[in-house]
Amino acid sequence: MRKVLIANRGEIARRIIRTCKAEGIGTVAVYSDADRDLPFVREADEAVHIGPPPVPHSYLNAEAIIKAAKSTGADAIHPGYGLLSENEAFARRVQEEGIVFIGPAPEVIGQMGDKLTARRVMLAAGVPVVPGCEEPAATVDEAAGVAASIGYPVMLKASAGGGGIGMQICRDEDSLRQAYQSLRSRAKAYFGNDAMYVEKYVERPRHIEVQIAGDQHGTVLHLLERECSIQRRHQKVLEESPSPFLDAKTRERLCQSAVRAAEAVGYTGVGTVEFIVDEDKNFYFLEMNTRLQVEHPVTEEMTGLDLVLLQLAIAKGEPLSIGQADVQAKRHAIELRVYAEDPVSFLPSPGTITLYQPPEMEHVRIDDGVESGAQVTPFYDPMIAKVIISGQTREEALQRAAEAMRNFQIVGIKTNIPFLREVLADERFRQGNYTTWFVQERAAKSSNEIQA
Amino acid sequence: MKQVAANMAGTVLNVLVQPGDEVTEGQDVVVLESMKMEVPIQAEVAGTVTEIKVNIGDFVNDGDVLVSVE
Repeated sequence: MRKVLIANRGEIARRIIRTCKAEGIGTVAVYSDADRDLPFVREADEAVHIGPPPVPHSYLNAEAIIKAAKSTGADAIHPGYGLLSENEAFARRVQEEGIVFIGPAPEVIGQMGDKLTARRVMLAAGVPVVPGCEEPAATVDEAAGVAASIGYPVMLKASAGGGGIGMQICRDEDSLRQAYQSLRSRAKAYFGNDAMYVEKYVERPRHIEVQIAGDQHGTVLHLLERECSIQRRHQKVLEESPSPFLDAKTRERLCQSAVRAAEAVGYTGVGTVEFIVDEDKNFYFLEMNTRLQVEHPVTEEMTGLDLVLLQLAIAKGEPLSIGQADVQAKRHAIELRVYAEDPVSFLPSPGTITLYQPPEMEHVRIDDGVESGAQVTPFYDPMIAKVIISGQTREEALQRAAEAMRNFQIVGIKTNIPFLREVLADERFRQGNYTTWFVQERAAKSSNEIQA
Repeated sequence: MKQVAANMAGTVLNVLVQPGDEVTEGQDVVVLESMKMEVPIQAEVAGTVTEIKVNIGDFVNDGDVLVSVE
């Protein structure tokens, strides 16, 4: 592997470039008109323009990306996260061109991308899944029938959904019937697949995921968990590890289930098995992300491993150079995602960043994609930076995180930094006592206080 | 005459009304999309839609007029 093309943008493109450079591997960036002046384009050894700003014409344009790889002589493609990273057809096309796809086999991406197939595979492998449909609910009556048999509340989901799009909690039959058609037509529009299914909704859930790594020689390791329950609109805002909620016994069972899940599909590369954990510490398989995760730095800062380096080694066919015993939680790590959005309404806030000044502190890592003068355009995800903080203890990490967020200055656009500061100061968060309802419950509480 | 304006920069994903439609205060009239998020835009007053200023797929800036209501 001599030259890697990164089929992505922003902070994750820079992150991948960094490890490639350290390894002496050449890098190729691809970019749209909107991203021409961003740091990742300059930092790559070569950069190829692939089209206008909207993603279907640029970052989702598989043929333009493959053409860029061929014209620059790249022998591998790293898809990053989002965009084409979990696209089975793209992975296959890349391989057909004789280029290495840095990720699992296309069939595995396809299997895990379809939520219902994933459920069936996990059931067969003995991984616990949430009670629900085994086949798509083709009609609203079928969905209502399944819901009645498992009991409300239920989660109505699009089989092809993800990223918080295509799911809704239904507390009774009326709301299920109301949600079914709109969710279905939205799934059709977003994912080109309108298969729907119903699952039992777990009350007061925690979202905890396990990082795994599998090589091409059949070895699968887990790299411990990440606690991801702090979310807005079903999208993560803050992740940390170790999870303050898990005891050693539950952690071991959870991680072993993740290994079993990865082994069941013959997983190669790094990936993430997401679980939902209820108040009694029962856990259920939610989905598998067959790519590098946004929050992978949490695992890196906790364990000292470089996950992109692991990806490159696995893609080259090398056996994993570490064993399970080498994976230890050496530090407590927290990641804060900085979004270009209103800190109260969470509405997107594109614009020009006139001043960008991230904190410079020991044990504070910044993975970002912007700089002073950069344009944050409405075409892409609102995440502009990740702040990853670590400490000997959770307490130390939290203290350092609060200081880092006090020292982070962004002028010109609205960001969620004030919101992140409030989360870090929240008593329940500090106690580690939080569920995926945390953000909504805080919002409800503060609007009650205003009324009072 | 009252104008309904965009509250963020983005793409017009859907136009939910036509000229001549009666709208109520708070009714969704246009859906914008920005940064992978759909944001419905509401009429601030009740009235009759007189003009649609945008088409599906148009790019609008914060403050651009989307719909006129009388």
